[in-house]
Amino acid sequence: MKFGIVSFPGSNCDDDAVFAATETLGQPAVKLWHKSHDLEGCDVIVLPGGFSYGDYLRAGAIARFSPIMREVAAHAQAGGPVIGICNGFQIACEAGLLPGALMRNAGLQFLSMPVTIRVEHTGTRWTSLCHEGQLLTMPIAHGEGRYTVDLATLERVEGEGLVVFRYVDANGEPTEAANVNGSLDNIAGVRNSAGNVVGLMPHPERALDPLLGSADGRVLFESVLAAVHA
Amino acid sequence: MTSFRVAVHIVPRKGLLDPQGKAVADALHTLGFKAVSDVHVGRHLVIETTATDAAAAEASVRDMCARLLANPVTEDYEIAGVRTS
Repeated sequence: MKFGIVSFPGSNCDDDAVFAATETLGQPAVKLWHKSHDLEGCDVIVLPGGFSYGDYLRAGAIARFSPIMREVAAHAQAGGPVIGICNGFQIACEAGLLPGALMRNAGLQFLSMPVTIRVEHTGTRWTSLCHEGQLLTMPIAHGEGRYTVDLATLERVEGEGLVVFRYVDANGEPTEAANVNGSLDNIAGVRNSAGNVVGLMPHPERALDPLLGSADGRVLFESVLAAVHA
Repeated sequence: MTSFRVAVHIVPRKGLLDPQGKAVADALHTLGFKAVSDVHVGRHLVIETTATDAAAAEASVRDMCARLLANPVTEDYEIAGVRTS
């Protein structure tokens, strides 16, 4: 299974995503330059973290018009797995692949810290090996991660079970204190209706080994591998 | 074709938490501007473009706002002015 990691100018987690595919999963991976029109036969697309286009205008706003995003949207439309991590999540929202938007953290500070998230939905290509309510520890590193949607969309997002991850405390409770960036309903990650596209602010690709503080991110990559092989 | 400068204000949508605006409002209160009830921090863009007339220039910038300059989920925009340049 071939992974394609899109490199935008300003992406800085693309190498970590390549590492996840090649070293953690033992699968081939290529970086796809944002100006390319070719997904090079990749089965899985990763929109990585970073600061594409310097976060000019809004995080992800300009990257979504990169030439390759047309191909990524077609891949997503056809049911191909896509994950947007951090800046990649912002890009996926700006591109309309996922509902909502990411705004400045409620506390205004850039947050770089480990968080605990709870798996809310296991019917996605990226959480199929998780169990509902499973707690995962991963780092976050963002200034604009406050998930926001209008109320009508929020009802749909919650009603249709599109929330995949929530910020929770050590007991798995979605408390206000655990909601570090002030996201609506503690939302840390969402999916599209089909479940092939998932976006989240925490970094699973930086949580692949206990030596780095957590290996909880592995299950997302293992899930997509299992789903494609199934 | 005439050259125009079109100014746009983009602000966080009413009702959404605007932590920057709140921080600025708090600072103004500290300075004694007690009459300030709220502050909204947004962006001001000036687009230099050509169009057949002012209405066409404004319509074009509205289209830019809808497609790129403002996020329809979180932001509102208004045309602050259209001037020939």
